[in-house]
Amino acid sequence: MSYPFRRLALAGAAAGLLALTACSSADAGGGEALDPEADLSEQTLTVSIWADYYPEDLAAQFEEATGVKTTIVNHTTNEDIVAKLTASADSGIDVAFVSGQYAQALGEQGLLAELDKALIPNEKNLYPEALELAYDEGNVYSEPYAWGTTGLCYRPDLTGFAPTSWNDLLAPKPELVGKTTMLSTDRWLAMPALKALGYSVNTTDDAELAEAQAQLIETKPTLLAYDDTTFYSKLVSGEAAMVEAWDGWCNYGIAEDPTIEFVVPDEGADLWVDTMTVLESSQNKEAAMAFLNYILDPEVQTWVAENILYKVPNQAAMEALDPALLESYPTLGITVDELFEQEVIVDLGEDSLKYVDLNSEVLATN
Amino acid sequence: MADPITRPRRRFRGILVPLWLGYVFLYLPILVVVIMSFNDSENLFVWRGFSLRWYPEVFADGALMQGLGNTLVVATGATAIATVLGTLLAYGIQHYTRGGFVRAFAIAPAILPDLLLGIGLLTLFALLGITLGLHSVILAHAVFATAFVTAIVLARMASIDPSLEEASRDLGAGPVRTFLKVTLPQLAPGIVAGALLAFTLSLDEFVIAFFTTAPTQPTLPIVIYSMVRFGVTPEVNALATLLLFVSVVTVIAAQRLTRLTGSSK
Amino acid sequence: MTTTSHEATPGVRASRARRGLAPVPFLAPGMIFLIVFMAIPVGLLAFYTFFKRGRFGGLVFEFTLDNWVKLTEPLYLGVIAQSIGMALVVTLLALALGYPMAYAIAGLSPKWRTVALIAVVLPFWTNFLVRTYAWILLLNNAGLVNQALQGLGIIDDPISMLYTPQAIAIGLLYMYLPLMVLPLYASLQQLDPSLREAATNLGANPWRAFRTVTLPLSLPGALTGCVFVFVPAMSNFVIPELIGGGKTIMVGNLVRDQFFEARDWPFGATLALLLTIILVLVIVLQSAVSRRVTEGGRRG
Repeated sequence: MSYPFRRLALAGAAAGLLALTACSSADAGGGEALDPEADLSEQTLTVSIWADYYPEDLAAQFEEATGVKTTIVNHTTNEDIVAKLTASADSGIDVAFVSGQYAQALGEQGLLAELDKALIPNEKNLYPEALELAYDEGNVYSEPYAWGTTGLCYRPDLTGFAPTSWNDLLAPKPELVGKTTMLSTDRWLAMPALKALGYSVNTTDDAELAEAQAQLIETKPTLLAYDDTTFYSKLVSGEAAMVEAWDGWCNYGIAEDPTIEFVVPDEGADLWVDTMTVLESSQNKEAAMAFLNYILDPEVQTWVAENILYKVPNQAAMEALDPALLESYPTLGITVDELFEQEVIVDLGEDSLKYVDLNSEVLATN
Repeated sequence: MADPITRPRRRFRGILVPLWLGYVFLYLPILVVVIMSFNDSENLFVWRGFSLRWYPEVFADGALMQGLGNTLVVATGATAIATVLGTLLAYGIQHYTRGGFVRAFAIAPAILPDLLLGIGLLTLFALLGITLGLHSVILAHAVFATAFVTAIVLARMASIDPSLEEASRDLGAGPVRTFLKVTLPQLAPGIVAGALLAFTLSLDEFVIAFFTTAPTQPTLPIVIYSMVRFGVTPEVNALATLLLFVSVVTVIAAQRLTRLTGSSK
Repeated sequence: MTTTSHEATPGVRASRARRGLAPVPFLAPGMIFLIVFMAIPVGLLAFYTFFKRGRFGGLVFEFTLDNWVKLTEPLYLGVIAQSIGMALVVTLLALALGYPMAYAIAGLSPKWRTVALIAVVLPFWTNFLVRTYAWILLLNNAGLVNQALQGLGIIDDPISMLYTPQAIAIGLLYMYLPLMVLPLYASLQQLDPSLREAATNLGANPWRAFRTVTLPLSLPGALTGCVFVFVPAMSNFVIPELIGGGKTIMVGNLVRDQFFEARDWPFGATLALLLTIILVLVIVLQSAVSRRVTEGGRRG
C-alpha cells in the first residue's frame, strides 16, 4: 500500500466509524418521551408519499386542522425513498410512506421512531387484523395507510378472454405478445413467477428463486415494457392489453375506461400494506404522530380512500365509503377475509438481498 | 450583380437538403410539445381544440414552482463559486504551470462521466454524514461548472496581450494587484461567457442532481423527471414551451447585445 | 464543450523567475476544491470497489475482490458490450447526419451561419426530459410516425417502435446530435475556401476536392464530435428507461440501479469505474489519432 492510499483508507475507515457511532447513538435516543402538550404550530412537517397517492390538498387540510406547516414531497418507489433515507444522516423527512416490508427493515435498522400510541388514539378505528400484520405486529413502527393485493388488470376487448392464472401473463398467448407489462419494483417482479410455481412470496430457497428467475427471463421478451407507474394508461391507450397491477392502481384505468377489469389469479397473490412511519431523525415527532393520527380519523381516511381509490385498513372509513364507488370499482369491495387469503410480504433480513439480486439480474438480461 | 460573368458561381443548393432534414429531426419533437401544450384535451394522443388552460396551471403547481426556485438558487450558487475558482485557476495555470497536469486536472470534470461525479459525491456526502440539500447540489454543480469556466477563461487568456501585465509588474505592482487591475478587465468577456455557460448547464443538469439532491428540495429537472415517470401531463408541455420561449428570447437578446458591443469597438 | 486552443503564451513564461508563493492564491482555492469534490470522491469509489456492500447501501469494511470478479460474469459483460455497441451506432449515425449538416452550415453566408448554428443548439435550451418524452408521443403505436406511415399507405398496421433498442438509439441520437455538429462546424469553418477552389481549378472534380482537401482537414473536428457523442451516450440512463421501457438496459442504468434499487454501492462503484476507464481510453485514443492526423497533415 502506498502512503497516500493508506492515508485515504485510514480516513475512510475513520469516517466510517464515525458514521457507525453516529448511527448507534441515534439508536440509543429512541425511547425519549414525547410531549403530548407540545405546541404543534411551532413544528413543521415534511412528508414523503408516493406521487398521486393522496388527496391533492392533504397538506393544506392537515395544516388547517392542526396548525402544523406541512410540505408533502413525492417518491416513485420504495427503493427510491429508502435510498434517500439511508444516504444521509438526516434526510429532512419526518414522515415516510413505505410498504410494510420496508417499515420492518427500516425499523430493525433503528431508522424509525417507535410510535407513541398516546398520541395516536385513532388507531382504534383500524380493523383488528390491521394490528397484527406480520411485518410489524402491534404496529410498533408503522400505521397502515392503504392495503390491497396484486393481480391482473386487463381489457377484455383486447385480450378476448378472462385471465385466471399468472401464466396468462408469464407465457402469454401469441396475440398478447408485446401487449403486456409487469411491475419491476422490489418483490413484485418475482411475485407472479413464485406464485405460478406454487412457492411462497417470502421464499428464501435458492432453487425456488432460481426457477422463478429463469421464468422471468423467459417472459421478458414477450413484454411491452416493465412499468411501475403508468401501466394503467398503457391499458387505456390500448398499447397494452393486460398488466400486472396493484388493485387500487387498476382503478385509475377503470376510471378512464370502465370496461377494464381486475382479477386475482387462482394461484393467489400477496397482501401488501402501505404504511406511514416516523423517522427517528425527525425533529418534529409530535407533529408527525399527529399526522398519523389525523389520517386514521375515519372521516379523513374515507376522504383519502375516495381520492386514491385504494382500500384502507380503517373499518369505520370503509363502512362510510360511498356505495356508488363500490359499484364502479369492484376491487374496493374485496373483503378483509378475502384479502387475508393472500400472503403478507415480510422483510427477509439478509436474505432480502436475494430478491435484490434476482431483480437486477432479470432486468440486466438483454 | 448585373454582370453574369463576375457573379460568383451559385453553389448547388442540394447541399442544404440534409441540413433541412436535420432540422426536421431536431424540431419535430419540439413542435409536438408546443402544439400539445395548447391542447384542450387531457389525453395527449387526442386533439380536442385550442386552449390556454394549461399555462396558468404551471404557475399554480407548487411542486414545479418550488423546483424552479431551487434550480435558480443552485444555478446561481454554483455559478458564483465556479466563476471565482475557474477564473483564478485559469490565471494560475496560464502563468505558473509548465506541464499540462494542472490544466488537465482542472478541466477533467467537464469530461468525466456525470454519473461518476454524481455517485462519487453521494458517497462522499454519505461518508461524512453531510445532510443532502441545496448546498450539496450547489457544490456538485460547482465542480463541473469550474471546469467549463476554466476552459473558457483560458481560451480568452490566450488572446490577450501579455506585455501589459509585464509592464504592470515592472512598475512595481504585485501579482495580485496586477491580476485585479490589469488582467481581470481584459478577461471580463471570457469570464462572463464562462459564467453564462455554467449557469445554463446547471439549469438543465439532471444526473448529478439526481444523486446529490435531497428528497425535500428537488431541482426542476428532478421534479419533471418524477412527473414524466407518471406520464406527461399537458402542464409539463406548457412548462417546456415556456422554457423554450424564455431561451429563445435570451438568445436573441444576447445576439443583439454582442452585436451592439461588437459595433462599439 | 471545450473548443479552446491551449497554446501557451510565450511572453508570460518570463515571469516564472519570481514565482515563489505567488501562484498559491490563484491555484490553491480551485485545486483544493477540485481535490475535495472530484479527486477524493473518485478515489473513494475506487476504494469502495474492494469492500462488501452493506444491506442499506454504504459498505462493510471487509476486503473482497468479489466486485471485480462479478464484472466478468457474462450478464454484466453483455450489458457493457451492448452499451458500447449502442454508443457506437449512435456516434456513427450522428456523424452521418451531422457531417452534411455542418458542411452545409459552413458554406452559408456569415449571417445565416449564426442563425443556422443557433437553430442547432436551441433544442438544448428546453428541458431534455420533455424533449425525450416527445419521442414517446411520436413513436407510440397511436403516435404521429405510425399515423403518417399508415396515412401514406406504407404500412397497414402500426409497427411497435417504442420500447425497443432502436427507439433508444433514436432518442440518444436526438439528444447528442448537436454535440457532433458544433465541433465539425468549427473545423470545417476554419478551412480556407480558396484551398477547395484551388483544387477545383486544378481540375479536381468536387468529390475529389472534398476527399483530398476538406475531409482530412475536418477529421480532428469529426473525432472530437465522436467523443462528445460517444461519452455521454454510453452512460445515459434516462433514455433507456423512458423510451426503452426498462427492457433494454445500459451500463448507466446498471450503475444507477446498484445505487438506488439494489443498494450495492461497491458493485455500482466498480461498474462506474469500469465505465470511466473505457471512456478515458476512448478519449486517449481520440487525441492520439487526432495528433497523428494533424502531424500527418503538416508533414504531407
